[in-house]
Formats: sequence, structure tokens, C-alpha cells
Amino acid sequence: MSEQTTTGADTPLTPTEPPATTSTLAADATPMWRRILSGSVGRNLGLVLALLVLVIVGAATAPDTFLGLSNIMVILRQASIVGVISIGMTLVIIAGGIDLSVGSVLGLASVVGALAAVQDLADQTHWIVMVVVAMAVGVFAGLVNGIVIAYGNVVAFMATLAMLVGARGLAEILADRRTLQVGGQRDFITFMNLDILGVDMLIWIFLVVAVLGWVLLNRTTFGRRTVAIGGNREAARLAGINVKRHVLYLYALSGLCAGIAGVMILGRTTAGTSVNGQLYELDAIAAVVVGGTLLIGGRGTITGTVLGVLIFQTLTNVFIQNNLTSSVQAVAKGVIIVVAVLLQQRFARPSGRSS
Amino acid sequence: MIKVDHESSLLDVRGVTKAFAGVRALRGVDLTVRAGEVHCILGQNGAGKSTLIKTLAGVHRPDDGEIRWGGELVEIADPDAGLALGIATMYQELDVVDGLSIAENIFLGHELARAGFTRRSEAAARTRDLLTRLGHGSLSPNLEVGQLSAANKQIVAMARALSHDVKLIIMDEPSAVLDAHEVQNLFGVVRELTAAGIAVVYITHRLEEIRQIGDRITVLKDGRTTATGLPVAGTSTAELIHLMTGREVANVFPAPAPLPDDAPVVLDVDGLSLRGVFGDVSFRVRAGEVVGLAGLVGSGRSEILETVYGARRATSGSVSVSGRPLRRGSVVDAVSAGVGLSPEERKSQGLVLDESIAMNVTLPSIPEFARGGFVDFRAERAAARAQIDALELRPADPDRPARTLSGGNQQKILLARWLVHGTRVLLLDEPTRGVDVGARAEIYALIRRLAAEGNAVVVVSSEIEEVIGLSDTVLVVAEGRILSTLPSSQIDEHGVLDLVMKGTAA
Repeated sequence: MSEQTTTGADTPLTPTEPPATTSTLAADATPMWRRILSGSVGRNLGLVLALLVLVIVGAATAPDTFLGLSNIMVILRQASIVGVISIGMTLVIIAGGIDLSVGSVLGLASVVGALAAVQDLADQTHWIVMVVVAMAVGVFAGLVNGIVIAYGNVVAFMATLAMLVGARGLAEILADRRTLQVGGQRDFITFMNLDILGVDMLIWIFLVVAVLGWVLLNRTTFGRRTVAIGGNREAARLAGINVKRHVLYLYALSGLCAGIAGVMILGRTTAGTSVNGQLYELDAIAAVVVGGTLLIGGRGTITGTVLGVLIFQTLTNVFIQNNLTSSVQAVAKGVIIVVAVLLQQRFARPSGRSS
Repeated sequence: MIKVDHESSLLDVRGVTKAFAGVRALRGVDLTVRAGEVHCILGQNGAGKSTLIKTLAGVHRPDDGEIRWGGELVEIADPDAGLALGIATMYQELDVVDGLSIAENIFLGHELARAGFTRRSEAAARTRDLLTRLGHGSLSPNLEVGQLSAANKQIVAMARALSHDVKLIIMDEPSAVLDAHEVQNLFGVVRELTAAGIAVVYITHRLEEIRQIGDRITVLKDGRTTATGLPVAGTSTAELIHLMTGREVANVFPAPAPLPDDAPVVLDVDGLSLRGVFGDVSFRVRAGEVVGLAGLVGSGRSEILETVYGARRATSGSVSVSGRPLRRGSVVDAVSAGVGLSPEERKSQGLVLDESIAMNVTLPSIPEFARGGFVDFRAERAAARAQIDALELRPADPDRPARTLSGGNQQKILLARWLVHGTRVLLLDEPTRGVDVGARAEIYALIRRLAAEGNAVVVVSSEIEEVIGLSDTVLVVAEGRILSTLPSSQIDEHGVLDLVMKGTAA
């Protein structure tokens, strides 16, 4: 009964309305500004504004350095690794899941990748083997997550929490508390530090992953089903979508992103260690949520996530430019997350969503 | 028409109406309950029984009409106010907290406490008293409620009602979850309550129980009282059934096209069973035929449909479509064989409410609108638009979120979905629930058209009249069994109810 009440409240159309109306008439009950704000463009506009404010603050407080091209590249480069895992995280969260294991899987991928590179045979093997191995580790961990969640019916939070702990431990065992240098793979290091059109390789990778993620979400049947599963899992199942298999793929995809991020960290630091990627999962989730993706699933954008990642990284940069401690940054991040979620609840949904 | 004696009546309800978003659930209900009687409320699904008791409990507030309590005009603003007056309600879905003990459940919300600390021993002692009073003194107050049987949970719910100083207990189909023996225990408790002067409003659809326990009867139909204060002794079953069903609705059902004798069997369900829910269900549906499952809520009709569809995994039996057996428990297989389901709960099971009409229409068929995994939005929208035009879906905007549509138009989305996909078997669960009368005729015509196009259609509805009017063949279902299979021309609403009530009598 209550459901009927809520539907009625936001249903300006009644069956008695003259037929053959065009689209715009009926939505007039909601004010224009509100509709724009609640649309995906509007929400991303808000994020762009927030980013602009940060840039203005940065430019005002550190006028000599902040707006320099090199500093902008620093921000983008630092954003790129968390950015890549945030893309996979966005898809998982849109489908109503969560992946807490990405940071650990990143670490594990970097360790296993580095092990492949420092073997005795490393000289004879091409560096691409290392890259493929690291990415395969990510996919494998993601598949394990996906199988446990989709077919074992374990809550995603718990399954990926177990992977968070387990993958980190495995990385420690394999690395044996050493830092595994991959600096010997000169071609790899050169490649990862290539500069194309003045932009770093890491940034290119982030860009490519983001674009692929956007296309996947917005242009393919896979993306459509992801949204449907997050929006109403039961309806998706009853429409004949193989929900379990789809969920499995999503976690594999998130694992792949973590693997790619593992390769990126190898390229940036030239070292695989078991501590790589610690707490990255939280940065990624924060960026995704601030970017407008609903934690309950069904709604979210890749563009929003990219903006979310950039907002956090710019914030960090502004604080560093002003010699503020990382503790102050952490407080500011916390405030931003809460404010963003509050704003989301205010604007993200048309009124009267029945629970 | 009925004389009201304000002196002896405990509760007196006059002309109460209640509408939800324009849908009138109660259109004028009269009810008089005397102290110490068992007053039975009888009515079909959707007659307004649940709304009425929620109004009395203070969950809903009436739009119009008056409620007198002991002769005084009262307003029951919220459930607390109801309890304060002495009205306690035991809902059908037992609202006990599984993780708490019996004592904790009974005093939930009015905990015995001093300075915020619960007084456990006193609560336990009083719980023991209450349980003893209900003839269940052997239950320990510290037992976790989650471990109790449904019957014992009911005792806990009743003890909770009694922990307040109640004068009236409303029981919403309390026997639904009980076996025959437990029902007799329940009746014993009810008799003790009434002997102590407490009135019981007893809601059921089992005529047998009314005969055993009831004093007087009120019949609801379509949100109105059709009779109130009927004495149980001296009112015939035929009369009650007539009061429950005798409506004068214009015939809105389209005439079925005659089924050719050589129409092939499309859907063949053989010995299908789901343990604990239904058993040995067999039927066949031919191309162009509409088969209706008639039965009450809980009879297993929706579960049968969902199992045929593979949304539940059958424990035995088989389903085949045009001779091809379906994999048990696989919706994917059923859909690829050309089976489509329009589920009972349109909003929670059918639609992705925040997404567009177009997306909802093409949900099972996205691959057909994609090349190499990339969605061809133009083709998709064209298909959605074609369905919007064909089914006169309003608003005629493929981008409109499904949430904003009326019930009838949401139902059309679900039908359009399977039209786009191309089905041979359509399973429709409550296709007109929440759909207003005008739009119903459209849905009926649409269902008939789908059958005429060669689909095998199975319809489930709580409204028996609808099942009979829409179907070529009617299967009467009760307690998970098919009681009879008859051409719709050979059965009427009375006949179905008669069968169902005999079939479910404990």
C-alpha cells in the first residue's frame, strides 16, 4: 500500500491525461533546476565546479607552482593508479556490489609481476610477460571473488574483505619481506616512463582505461546489464539475464583493473613489494561515491568517478603546496565524502523512492 | 439497516473510507464489535480487510467516517494510540523479532526498566504468567523466538497483545500458518480470551473456522460492508459466498477466439512439484489458449508459475515448450525457449524503476539490438517506440523512467518486453494488480490478442472473476494441488470458491 502512495506522489500523469502527449509536459511538476541537478550531466557539473573551486584555491594559495604544467602532470600522474582501480570499482558498485580487495590485489600483482621479472630467466623473457602475469594475477583474484560472491552467495563485502586480507598475506609470503626490484627490465621502465605528446604513460593508461570503461558502461550490452542488475537484480534475473555469470565477470574486471594498476606501480616505483596499494580500495570507493555513483547500485557514471579521483588528488596537491600535513588532508577528505553523499541524497533521486 | 446499540458495543465503525493515491481501498465500512465476542470478517483478496484492520490499529488514518470506542468518538492516530485504547493487532506476517527472547519480544517497545536497565527477572515472571494464561506455560521466557514454530510465534504475538491492557485483539488470518491441531489450540485460547470479556476480530477466508469459532460475521466486498452483524448460526454458506462475490461489474472480457482442434500443445507441464509448496501439477496449454489458475493467496499459484519459468527450481517433474524440455531452475533456458514471465510484484520483480521505458522493454532482448556487444540505440528506441504505439503506452516517451508510469502502463511495459523478445509462452502473474478499471479492459484485450497470435498464455489472478472471464480453461488450485480442470464456460465464481473452501478446510 505504501508503495502505491509513493508512486502516486511522483506520478504527475494519470490515465485520464489526453493521449499522444509529448515527453516534456508531464515532468513539469519538478522544477527545472532540480531536474538538471538530478540528471547525470548536472551532477557532474557540480563535480566540475568543486574541482574548479579547488583549482582556484590552489592557484590563490600557491600562485607560483600550482598552475604550472608540471604540477598538473604531477596531479594526473598521482591520480592515475587509484584512477584505474576506481574504474573497475565503479562498474562493480553500479551493479550493487563492492570490491574491498583491489588494494591488496594490486600489491599481489606487483609482487608476482616483479617475481616474473627477477627470475634467472628474466633476461631472456620479454617484459611483456611480466605485464601479462601481473594482469592475470588480478583477473584470477577477481574471478575468485566473483565465484565466491555469485555462486557461493557470500556478501560481497565479506568475500572481498577476505581477499583483502588473504591477497596481502600471499603477497608477503611470495615477496618474503623483500623489495623486488624490476629496474633491470630497462625496456619496461623506459616504456612506462614514455612521454607521448607531453603526457606520461601512466596518465595515458588511466585515460585509455577510463575511456574503455565509459564505452563498456554506456555503449554495450554488458554495461546495460550491469545497470539493470544494480537497479533491480530480481527483475534482471526474471528477464532472463544470467546474473551470476555477469557478477562474476564484473569482479574479474575489477581484478583486471587492479592488475593493471599493479603494473603501473611497478613502472613508477620500479619495485614490487607487498605493501603496494595499501588502503587504495578506500580511496577508490571514496572517489566513486563522491563521483555520484550510488552505493546501493543502479546508478553511476565513469565521468563522475574520474572527476572524483581528480578532486581528491587535487586536494592532496593543494594541501602539499601549502605545507599542510597529511592528517589535515585526511580530515578534509572525510568532510568532502560526507558532504558529497549528503548532496547526493538531496539531489540524486526523484522524491519518493520506495525502499 | 442494522440497528446499533451504542450501549453494549465496544467498537463501532461507521462509513470509514480510505484511499491510497486515488485508489479507494475502503469505500464505506461499517462494523460493530461487542465485548467478549468473536467477530469474523470475511472477504476476498482485495476486499479491504487488511486496510480495515490497519486503520483500526492506527497504521492508516481514515479519510472519512467515524470510529467509536466504548461509545466515545476516537481518533487512532498511530499504533501507540490504538494500544492505549486497548486494541492490539496480530498481523498475518508475524511481527516478532527472531533474534530476541520470548520475554524481550513481549515487552519490546514497553520494556520493564528502571533507570534504563531492563528488569529481566520481572519481565520473565510476567511473561511466564502470560504464557500460562494462554495455555503454554511450558515455554521458557528466555527461548529465542527464532527457534519457535509458527504456532508458538503466534502465541508470543498473542502474549504481547495481552501484555497491554487490551479489550480487543485483531487476528489477521491467524490459522494460515497452522496445522489442524494447532488451529484447535488457537481456538481454545480464543475462547478463553472471550470468556474474560476480550473481543476478538478474526479474519479468515475459511468458512469452516467461522462456523467453529465465530459469533457474528461482517462481509466486505470491494472496500464496502455488504453485511454486518450476521449471526454465524443461521447464515448459510451460499448466502455468505453470494455476499462476498455478487458484484455487478459490466462484462469487460473480450470473447475468446474459438480454439482450432489442431492447435499444437506449446506448454506441457508434467508432474511438477516444489517440495513443501505444491505437488504433482500437470497441465497443457495449446497455442492460442489462455489457461487461468484460480486460487487464494498462499494456494501456490504464483509459485507454480515461477517454477514453470525456472525462477524456482522444481524438486521433480518437467516442463517442456513445443516438445523441448526446459532445464530445471534456469530462467535463461526458459527465456531462450520463448517463455516470458510478467511477475506478481511488478515493481520489485519486473521493472528497473529508475530506468527508461525503452530500457525496460528491451531488457531481455538487448543482444538483439547490439552489434558486437555495442548497443544500437536507434534500433532499440525504434523497437520501444513501435511497442508504445501498438500498446498505446502513455506517456509515449521511450526515455521516461518506468517509475513515473501508472500501474496499467507499467504492466504494458512488461507485456511489450516479451512482444519484442518474441515469445511462445506467456506467464502472467496478477496482470491487473494495481491497474484501474479502465486500463484493465485494455490489458484484457491485449492478453487475448497475444493468445490469438499463437501464444500459449497462463494467467494467475486473485480475482476469480478475472481468471474465469479471461481464460479458456480454468485450473482451481488450493494448497498446492490442482483440484479441477474445467472449461471456463462450465464454472463460475461460486463454483471456484466452493471448491477452494472445501479443499482448504482444515
